[in-house]
Order: sequence, then structure tokens, then C-alpha cells
Amino acid sequence: METFWFVAVALMLAVYIVLDGFDFGTGIIYMFVAQTDEERRLTLNAIGPVWNGNEVWLLAGGGLLFFAFPKAYASGFSGFYLALILVLWLLMLRGIAIELRSHLDHPLWRPLWDVTFSVSSLLLAVVFGAAIGNLVRGVPLNAEGYFHTPFWTSFLPGPEPGILDLYTVSTGILSATVLSIHGAYYLAMKTEGDLYQRAHRFAKVGGWVLIPIILLNLLSLKNVQPILSANYSAYPIGYTIPLAAAVALGLMLYFGQKGRDTAAFFASCLFILAGIGITAWGYYPNLLISTTNQSYNLTIYNSATSAYGLQVGLIWFGIGFPLVLAYTIFMYRSFWGKVTPASLHESY
Amino acid sequence: METALFYDRLQFAFTITFHYLFPQLTMGLALLILYLKSRALWTNDEHFNNAARFWIKIFALSFAFGVVTGIPMEFQFGTNWAKFSELTGGVIGQTLAMEGLFAFFLESSFLGFLLFGEKKFGPRVHWMASLMLFLGSWLSGYFIMATNAWMQHPVAYTVAEDGIFHLTSLWGLLTNSWLVWQYAHNMTAAVATGSFVMAGVGAFYFLSNRHTDYAKTFLRTGVTAGAIASLLLVFPTGHENAKQVFEHQPVTGAAFEGLFQTERGAGMVLVGQPNMETLTIDNPITIPWGLSLLVYDELWAEVKGLDAFPRDEWPDNIPLLYYSYHIMAGLGTIFIAIMVPAMLLLWHGKLFKTKLVLWGILLITPFPYIATTAGWMTAELGRQPWLVYGLLRTSEGISPLVHSGNVLFTLIGFVGMYFLLGILFLFMFAETVSHGPEPQNAGGDAPVVHSPY
Repeated sequence: METFWFVAVALMLAVYIVLDGFDFGTGIIYMFVAQTDEERRLTLNAIGPVWNGNEVWLLAGGGLLFFAFPKAYASGFSGFYLALILVLWLLMLRGIAIELRSHLDHPLWRPLWDVTFSVSSLLLAVVFGAAIGNLVRGVPLNAEGYFHTPFWTSFLPGPEPGILDLYTVSTGILSATVLSIHGAYYLAMKTEGDLYQRAHRFAKVGGWVLIPIILLNLLSLKNVQPILSANYSAYPIGYTIPLAAAVALGLMLYFGQKGRDTAAFFASCLFILAGIGITAWGYYPNLLISTTNQSYNLTIYNSATSAYGLQVGLIWFGIGFPLVLAYTIFMYRSFWGKVTPASLHESY
Repeated sequence: METALFYDRLQFAFTITFHYLFPQLTMGLALLILYLKSRALWTNDEHFNNAARFWIKIFALSFAFGVVTGIPMEFQFGTNWAKFSELTGGVIGQTLAMEGLFAFFLESSFLGFLLFGEKKFGPRVHWMASLMLFLGSWLSGYFIMATNAWMQHPVAYTVAEDGIFHLTSLWGLLTNSWLVWQYAHNMTAAVATGSFVMAGVGAFYFLSNRHTDYAKTFLRTGVTAGAIASLLLVFPTGHENAKQVFEHQPVTGAAFEGLFQTERGAGMVLVGQPNMETLTIDNPITIPWGLSLLVYDELWAEVKGLDAFPRDEWPDNIPLLYYSYHIMAGLGTIFIAIMVPAMLLLWHGKLFKTKLVLWGILLITPFPYIATTAGWMTAELGRQPWLVYGLLRTSEGISPLVHSGNVLFTLIGFVGMYFLLGILFLFMFAETVSHGPEPQNAGGDAPVVHSPY
């Protein structure tokens, strides 16, 4: 039962990163690939009907974590206090920038929100990547299962690390790179003309830059957190996940070269899902790993709510999750296809 | 620790008060937009479609601000109230997770259809999107109220030895007796906000002689819904809420009313200032027997005063609680005094000739926000000093390792950020209102409305 909810929470957050990831990525490359006002409006329209729904996956994933593993939610959210509040402020600025930017036609108004949108997207991608890095590296949990960690200490992983150290910054850079390529393929899939050309070129070149960054991360991973490999040694079937990630990455590069952007985008989705799957497989059954003492780790067993709570949750999750999938698929199908300059004038 | 608790409370109070300015408008408007879309579908009259489109724009604006200020609410349970989350997550995590799964997805998906889908999918789908949006936003309110109702009046739980609350019945949690009247009262208040704003914008247009046709529609809809909501706010929903407070939280009820001593035939204080030194009300204007009659339907019924309860169970800010309650109740009375005569004038076809009442409707527009805020302060200050009434004290709920300096830092940040957001919202609202509900014709016959992005 605990395992089911571990998978459910991981899945919700993985879908969140895939979906909101492409609109973060779109935001990161926005200033470079979309140069005229019309191109910028087209870009925002490409994510306009869906970005808000994408963000709901974060809320729903957080809600599930709160319900199923209250202790881990409490410990993790209070431990990363400043970083999470920073995420909130960035999410706010970004949301407001998207919503307000095109409402007013003034030469100062639009550039202001353009930069806000782009910078907040970049920082969010880095921070979410660093967050995963923090989970992997571990945090200084005490015997009560709480921790408090500052933004930085010595920039080196150790028993008393900061939120930002060499390892987590490198996962942040990895995340920003992956998501900007992801966003570029999404934009290429949704647009035409010059905008399409630039997004496509960005994604194609970016794909090759990605490979050394991934290798660097994989190499440091073994030193930073050796316990992740235990599940792989015990259940070698898990090795299919990194294999799937490698295949997805290969397909993404291949389709990118062939100019098949839709296929490349889906390969990128699969690559991100598999990437999170790699972490989740190694991480199970932990929810937070302690850097001070392995017996302080928060696991799905010592953090879970009562058996009744977990079971009764199945009822509403069983009804709600298919509904959520249905809305999401329906939404994406309805707004499928390229956004064109004409579509800017037909919202009603 | 003391100061961390203070800043934690202030930050939550500040962020949730600011947040709730937006959902109360969207939940109220969702109902009114559904009405306008239904009229449009029924009569095939483009006038109602234009009217609906205008309010959908306002709705979307308020919704966007509601979303961005709403995310911090869920986060803060964990960031600032970790101990509370750890202990009660097994209960209130249920309703909060259900809100995400059932309400948020519904709202955010169908708002997309409402904004982008009219031309593409036709009037029926567009009407259905407005229905779904109404359902989503009211369902969201329901799950949040279920969470709050459990904190006010805990049901369906057991407490384990380690202090952790465990749910014993999901059904019991969702059908908490406290929830019925609290939800009804809160949603009626949201309808009041939505309809007062609609009527206020109508009055503004009408008095400034612009968009007169639309002004009349907004006034008719807003005044009718506003008058009905104002009446329902007092009776039965407000009355029943007060009764359940006196039944389950008698010390809170006594603090609402500023009743320091237990009395038979207790009077109801209309105006007066609670003096915490002498434990009396200064300068009271009182309705004799009013309180006994209101709570127990009997002139000589005994009402327990604050003296009947140990001091460490008194709400910790009695004057503020007292004023919140009186501001809420006083404004509720003023709403009836303006909206009910306005509705009667409307029925007799005289509203559009009575400038004084139209001015009243215009000027009262911001006050439902104040009344609703005061109402929530009444509920939440009244719950003190408990997080979970009678079971878990507020001081026991904060994050153990988040120190006061950190919380003050983020509190200052939130104040700055929300100041900016508030200015932007008012600016965009004024911009949308000054634009007006008329469709722009770009040379041709078909109305052209630009994409919001």
C-alpha cells in the first residue's frame, strides 16, 4: 500500500516536470528564439491554454505527498524553507508575467514582463533540478526527522551540506539544459516560419551539449550517493530504466536531426520520465535520505499515515486520477496543432 | 520560539487574507457567468454572450491572481506549520489532496476552454465549460471548508500515543455537521462579493452614461443576486453559524459578543470597546435580552460569559475578534439596507431613475471584501488558541527548525510581493472596466477579440 502511494506521488511529480517542464523550457529560450512581438505572442499562445493546468500537477503531487506521507512533507518543506518560498515567488512572478504581458501595448510594459518570464523560468528550472540533487545527495536529518539547511555552506557535499553545492548546482544545470531542449522541441512542434526555425536549431544543437553534462552528472552521482545503486544490484530488472532513458535520448537526437519535431518532443518526454524513474527506482523506499545517520532516513514506512487513510485514499484516487487524465488528454487534443498569427485574433 | 510563532501566524494570516480576496470573487462570478451563459444559450441573444465574455475576462484576471497566491497556501502547511502537518496530515491531507485532484484540474482545464474555445467548439461546449468552471470552483471551496471545519470541530479521528491524528471515516470528515452551515455561509458571501461587484460595475457604467444596455443587465443580475445573498447571509446561514459556535465553542461565542460575565437575559452589544484591564465593555450600546433571545430563542436563557472558562482557553486576541465579528455583522446589516430596497425598486421599474440608490450600489462595491475578511478573522481568531479545536494548540504546530529570522524575511518578502500584485490587479481591473463590454468591430461585422496572450 505504501509502495502504491510512493509510485503515485512520484508519477504525479514526474508528469509535472514533463508538462510544466516544456513551458519552463519555452520560457528559457523565449528571449532568443522569439524576437518580434508577434513571435512572442505566438510563443505565449503555444503554452497559454495549458500552462496553468500543468502547474496543477505540482499542487496535486504535493497534496498527495501531504496526505500519504505527512511526516516527509512536513520535514522536507520546512527543511527547505527559504528555497521553497523562493520557488513560490518565482512561480508568482512567472504566472503574472504570462497573464499580464499582452494586455497592454506599451514599449516598456511588454519587455519588462518578457524578461521576468524568461528569468523566472530559468531560475525555476535550475531550482527544481537542484531540489532533485538535494534529495539524491541527502539532507542533515536529525533524530526527530527534521532538518534545516542554509542555501550554501562550503559548496561541497558532506554531513552538513547547503542547498547549493557543486553537485546540486550541476543537477540544476542539467535540469535547465534538459528542459530548454524539451521546450524548444515543444515550440518547434507548435510553430511555423522563423520562430520554428530558431526553436528547431536550438533544440538540435542543445541535444549535443546535453551529452557531456549528463555524463558528468552520472560520474559524480556514484560518489555523492552510493546507496542508490543498492536497488539496482538487488533487482537488476531496474537497469531497463536507464536503458530506456538512453534509447529515448538517442531517439530524440535522431528525430531532431531528421526534423521530426513532434517525435523528438515525445522522445524528450520519455527521456525525462525515465530520468526521474532512474532516481525513484534507486531511492525507494526512502523519501528523504539523511547525511548524518542512515537510521534517520525518512522512508515510506515511517512517514506514512494510517492504513485506513491510505486505503480510503484509493477510492477517490481511483475516481479522480482517470478524470484528471481525461481532462488533460482532452485539453491537449483540443488545442493540438500549430498556433498561427491568425489564431491570435480568434479567442472568441 | 515566541517570535517565530508570532511571525508564522502573521504570515499565514496575511497570505491567506490576501489570497482569499480573489477566490471569493471568482466563486461568486462563476455562478453569475453560468446564469448569463444560460440566458445566452436559451434566448440566442448575443447581448448576454457579450455580457458573459466581459465577466469571463474579469474572472480570468481574478483567477490568475487567485492561483498564484493560492500555491503558497498549500506550501505553507509544510514550510511554516510542519508539526501541524505531521500530526494532522493523515486527516486534512485527504481533503487537500482531493481538492487538487477533483477541483483544480477541473477549473484550470475548463478555464482554457472558456477563454480560447468559444469559436472553435461552439456555444454548447462553451456553456458546458462555464458549468464545469462553476462546479470546479465551488468544489474547491467545499474541500477547503471541509479542512477548516475539521479544525473548528474535529470529527472522525483518533489520536495515537505519539500525538498523531488518524482518520477513522472519510465520509464522516466530508459530512462534518459543522461544515453544512459554514459552507453555506461562505458560499453565500462569495455570491455577495460577485454580485456586488457586478452591480457596482453596472452602476458605474450607468451613472457615467456608458454601455447603458450592459449596465442594466449587470445591475438587474447583480442587484437581484446581491439582495438574495445578503438576506441569506444573515438568516439562516449566519444565524445557524453563530448558534453552532455557542454550542461547540461557547468561549468563542462569548468573546464574539464581548460577554465577560455569565448572565441570564444577556444583552447584545451593538457598539462598545472591550476593555481587557477591567474585563468590561466601555461605552456600550446594548439591546436588552438580545443575546439570550438570539442564541437560545428565550429571553431569560443563561449565556455563559468568558468568566465561565479558564483563561488559557480564551481566544488570545479578544478585542480584535470582537471587532471582526461586529464589523462582519454590521456590514451584513448595511448590505440588506441597500440591496433589498434596490431590488424592490428594480421590481417596480424605478431603479434606473433613482440615482441615490445607484450611487449607494457603486460605493458599497468594496465592502463585501471587508465583510468576508472580517468574517474569516472571526472564524480563525475565534478558533484560537487552538489549531485543532480543544486538541492541538497553535503554539504546538509550527516548524521546529525554522527560526524567526527566516520567517520575518519571508514575511517581508510576501508583503512586498503582494503589494505589487495588488497594484497590478487594480490596474488591470480598471483597464478592463474602462475597455467595457462592447465587442470591437475591426472594420467587418464579426466581433474581433484578441487572444489574452
